[in-house]
Amino acid sequence: MAEIHLKDIAHAYVPGEYALKSMDHIWQDGSAYALLGPSGCGKTTLLNIISGLLKPSEGQVLFDGKDVTGADTAHRNIAQVFQFPVIYDTMTVRENLAFPLKNRGMAPADINGRVEEVAGLLEISDRLDSRATGLTADAKQIISLGRGLVRTDVNAILFDEPLTVIDPHLKWQIRSKLKDLHRQFSHTMVYVTHDQTEALTFADKVVVMNAGEVLQVGTPEDLFERPAHTFVGYFIGSPGMNFLDVELDGSRAVLGDQSIDLKQAPAKKSGVQLGIRPEFLDFADQGISCQVTSLEDLGRHRIASVSISGQSAKVIVPSGKPVPSENAMLSFDPDHTLLYTDGYLEESLR
Amino acid sequence: MALELQSVSKNVDGETHISDVSVRCNPGEFNVLLGPTLAGKTSLLRLMAGLDEPSAGRIMMAGQDVTGLPVRKRDVAFVYQQFINYPGFSVFDNIASPLKIAKISKDEIAARVEKVADLLGLTPFLQRKPLELSGGQQQRVALGRALAREAELVLLDEPLANLDYKLREELRAELPKLFQNTGSMVVYATSEPEEALLLGGQVIVLHEGQVQQAGATLEVYNSPASLQAAMTFADPPLNVLPAIKSDAAEVKSLDGDLTLKVNGNASAVAEGAKCTVGFRPHQLGLARTSECEVELKGRVTLTEITGSESFIHVEAVGERWTALAHGIHAPEVGAEVSLFLDPETAFVFAGGAGNG
Repeated sequence: MAEIHLKDIAHAYVPGEYALKSMDHIWQDGSAYALLGPSGCGKTTLLNIISGLLKPSEGQVLFDGKDVTGADTAHRNIAQVFQFPVIYDTMTVRENLAFPLKNRGMAPADINGRVEEVAGLLEISDRLDSRATGLTADAKQIISLGRGLVRTDVNAILFDEPLTVIDPHLKWQIRSKLKDLHRQFSHTMVYVTHDQTEALTFADKVVVMNAGEVLQVGTPEDLFERPAHTFVGYFIGSPGMNFLDVELDGSRAVLGDQSIDLKQAPAKKSGVQLGIRPEFLDFADQGISCQVTSLEDLGRHRIASVSISGQSAKVIVPSGKPVPSENAMLSFDPDHTLLYTDGYLEESLR
Repeated sequence: MALELQSVSKNVDGETHISDVSVRCNPGEFNVLLGPTLAGKTSLLRLMAGLDEPSAGRIMMAGQDVTGLPVRKRDVAFVYQQFINYPGFSVFDNIASPLKIAKISKDEIAARVEKVADLLGLTPFLQRKPLELSGGQQQRVALGRALAREAELVLLDEPLANLDYKLREELRAELPKLFQNTGSMVVYATSEPEEALLLGGQVIVLHEGQVQQAGATLEVYNSPASLQAAMTFADPPLNVLPAIKSDAAEVKSLDGDLTLKVNGNASAVAEGAKCTVGFRPHQLGLARTSECEVELKGRVTLTEITGSESFIHVEAVGERWTALAHGIHAPEVGAEVSLFLDPETAFVFAGGAGNG
């Protein structure tokens, strides 16, 4: 396994138009990273640069300090799992799992032990000797994962949206298995997805990207509690963070004819947005007045849409808790009331 | 004007795809067809559309038997998972195409297309070709064509499955509103229980070609009629415990170690008979919230964080369960945790767990 250093990397498919803006990141050996962002954010470009499918127009890729920028995929010694199953239909499950090891010239006795180990972890030991051809797409994808995980000598394992073809019920099982496997083998893993749950569950560190830029690298807690950018606040969480345009008056944020006391007075006075997650707004006896415009019941909780001095926001209401039909007041949790200037989190709050 | 399927079955090459399905959709209703992959959702939509003919049973539209009536003689719009547009046509012409075929006047077409484009936020793109748009916008064009037609029946087959997570969230919130004022009957197929809850309306729970339960979405979620209906309408999976009804108001785990006072919930189960207790992850907590709750010990096998909630996978009473905690919790794997369950909120179904 290896540390991955993306040294001043940038990429433009068309000269001057950066699909990936300049960045410098060191990803730790043995950690699991998720690249999360919407279509076109540059996450696949970044993955292709790491795997060697693409040479960046600027910068270097270092594996454990060694420059591999010019090396192709085969010479980088990495394993990859793709969106759709890549297995040999004519082989048995065992032969499929053994294939990457055989290719590397591993001794047959060792191959068998390793194949059995991985099959055990993926709970497919009972079908090792069946042909791959009759299996469902789900089962084939599990074998693809096994093929990605079977080698112990790789620098990193890269996953490109591997759960796309998997049914929601099975996703839970596979996510838990991947997490298990990471805990046992401590591979350096990079996982590309647009699904926040997959990213937050899988990764030690989530890399949130938008428009070719890395906006934040953080633990799930960091991204939830202290989004570094309004995009991160919006993208993480369902529904995402609320943003309200406010004027500042000392340490008070002014919203129409109402105001919210802040923990500190920021430097900039205009172009400021107040950010608060729907989880940290609460209907209370006093606070900021609002109108409830609609209420959705999701079974385990409800989501209220409110209008605060003409601006809309969402509030998560635990089941059983009443929602006022008139004279509704909202309390803002002061520890989770954040300020953003030009999209970025106020420096004093970082 | 209701659509009614009466004991409809569909067999293909000796295999049953749809088995004895009877459902009714009413005008102006938003119906969600929920079931995992291969449950028969697409097969059922195709029968509703008239793209396929049933092997048995009748399909009624506004009281008229339309079984065997081909799709082109019906008033149906169909939107697929993979957005389908005419690549050579502008967005305007794509949305207008069914109206032109219906020989509607030019002025009326322009008015309808503009109205639909406005609703879907496509006004700035009307002169562009579909491939010059993002995936989300392309799917809006396909939806726009279905909307502009003002068809009696609108069938949507996992229309958001190929879109980004966040985009899906936005379109999902818009969709029921878009169709609200058209008077169309909408049937929306999805494999995601969470999506069914967000869409609301009515739900038809489908499993292996059979309807497990149908009714108001939230009601079906809160009161599943069978273990299979509860399991299908659950994400993350339903927690289950095979048990025996030991007393009028009590069930016991098979090893006898755990007794749950379920009171009236087990009224459908005979005393001494096998049953299955089911409860959702949000009904199993890490902290006590009421005195009615029983405390259980479990061992953590994995924690999953979705942003605002944490799902803690545990082994307890010999079963694999999932607990839900608000906020971010990440107990160590292998750690022993206390779990709290209010037995009176659990579902009790007669019989053993099918595949639990």
